[in-house]
Amino acid sequence: MSTMAIRNTGTLAWRTLVQIKHNPFELMDFSIQPVMFLLLFTYVFGGQLARSPKEYLAFALPGIIVQNLLFATMNTGVGLNTDINKGVFDRLRSLPIARFSPLAGRIVADVIKQAWALLLLLAVGMALGFRIGTGPLPALGAFALLLVFAVSASWISVLVAMLVDEPDKVQIFGFVLIFPLTFASSAFVRPSTMPGWLQAFVEVNPTTVLADATRGLLTGGPVAGPVIHSLIWAAVLLAVFAPLSVRAFRRRI
Amino acid sequence: MSTDTNAIYAEGLVKRFGDTTALAGVDLAVRPGTVLGLLGPNGAGKTTAVRVLATLIRPDAGHATIGGFDVVRQAHEVRSLIGLTGQYASVDEQLTGTENLIMIGRLLGLSRSSSRSTARDLLSRFDLLDAADRAAGKYSGGMRRRLDLAASLVGNPRLLYLDEPTTGLDPRSRNEVWDIIRGLVTDGVTVLLTTQYLDEADQLADEIVVIDHGRVIATGTPEQLKARTGAQTVSARPELPDDLEKLAAEVRQVASGPVDVRGDVVTAPVTDPSALTALVRRLDDAGLVVAELALRSPSLDEVFLSLTGVPA
Repeated sequence: MSTMAIRNTGTLAWRTLVQIKHNPFELMDFSIQPVMFLLLFTYVFGGQLARSPKEYLAFALPGIIVQNLLFATMNTGVGLNTDINKGVFDRLRSLPIARFSPLAGRIVADVIKQAWALLLLLAVGMALGFRIGTGPLPALGAFALLLVFAVSASWISVLVAMLVDEPDKVQIFGFVLIFPLTFASSAFVRPSTMPGWLQAFVEVNPTTVLADATRGLLTGGPVAGPVIHSLIWAAVLLAVFAPLSVRAFRRRI
Repeated sequence: MSTDTNAIYAEGLVKRFGDTTALAGVDLAVRPGTVLGLLGPNGAGKTTAVRVLATLIRPDAGHATIGGFDVVRQAHEVRSLIGLTGQYASVDEQLTGTENLIMIGRLLGLSRSSSRSTARDLLSRFDLLDAADRAAGKYSGGMRRRLDLAASLVGNPRLLYLDEPTTGLDPRSRNEVWDIIRGLVTDGVTVLLTTQYLDEADQLADEIVVIDHGRVIATGTPEQLKARTGAQTVSARPELPDDLEKLAAEVRQVASGPVDVRGDVVTAPVTDPSALTALVRRLDDAGLVVAELALRSPSLDEVFLSLTGVPA
């Protein structure tokens, strides 16, 4: 990447982050909503699913983090589609800037938002009694793994954004895809009571491996297997969806 | 016409979208420092032509150069010469006026401080200082268009593409935008203007290209185009409203086409140069007094209608 490309990407990432200042709802979307989920899951289901809400939190917080992360990957596509629809993209493309900087700028900004939501969920979780049982290095590893996975998975939403005509449709697509993907996994409960066919799905579901990896890195337990599986999934998502998205991107604009 | 002497030069531009042919071989030439009005009904291909010339889409055939640079092979150089404003190239509604302009300044390589001062200069020039820190989404139509224009001027472009710059504006805002455009042309900027408003082209353009169904169907100065229909229009208003019918009958005697009575004014096309004097004589003989009598060139609307068969 040239210096110009890096500078253009930085400016466009700044632009995406400054938007938050003028749109408090967006802040709610990626701050209050995750915390709300965290509180609801912990105090509504916690006592039933574990011996106490606090014990459930130790299990569920990594899962809630993963669920929130996957939903948030849709923001990349929603934002891109909005820019294309509103004509902002045409304006940017009529400027002498690095060609992929509008895309790169948005991805960088979305990673920063993801990092913020991760830290927020962890901080609120810890205030409610969650403890990192491993150490600072594995915890940092969990963060890095989650962000890498988020960038890879956000290419799905980029592809969807290039194929549909309205931002709402990206949102709907994301909901329909991610809801079952996050619930039919080990994110919130141990799969042992699920019917066999569902367990088979849960086992291969990327949400499961990522939730297990995050859990292992934050609270202890098996790490190597889930982490490797998560990285393989991230690589597969990137390898499949990034080229398709770039192709659709070139074709659309 | 060569590529060197023209700010914009296009030859045989073709662009298809699926089964639709948006451009079916468009030629254009715009001299530096002039305004070319690109006119045509909705869906004629105006916006597609602008998008090709702005490097946003590639033509399927033909070629175009902007300031001597090829729009396909030297897109980056073209982009550093042009400013684009229009229906589609928009500012970010979620940023303030200042932030929008700073963003563009930074993207064009200005330092933090000079992009800030450029933003401030442009906002004051376009009378937007009071709204500088408000989100662009909250601007009125006229303010929004002025911000759009300001955004396209951050890089001091030598060429400005204005795609229907006043669509949806009230007359006062439209006049403001026109004044700004005239000022830019005085500074030597070349302007490519697409519009559906014929009076806008009449007011601003040095030369007009009329396109329809992706083809150029007429080229010339506004005066040349008006002369092309070969007819002038006579209009008369009687002193006494009751004389309207009688007046229409007299006008019909000298008219070369259908007589139109609208309100208390009678209009009709005439081709004979002596038609006006003949009409005056007839009115005198009939003892009809007119409050108003005029012979004028046809409006561009009339030219447009005769060229495309579609009212503008």
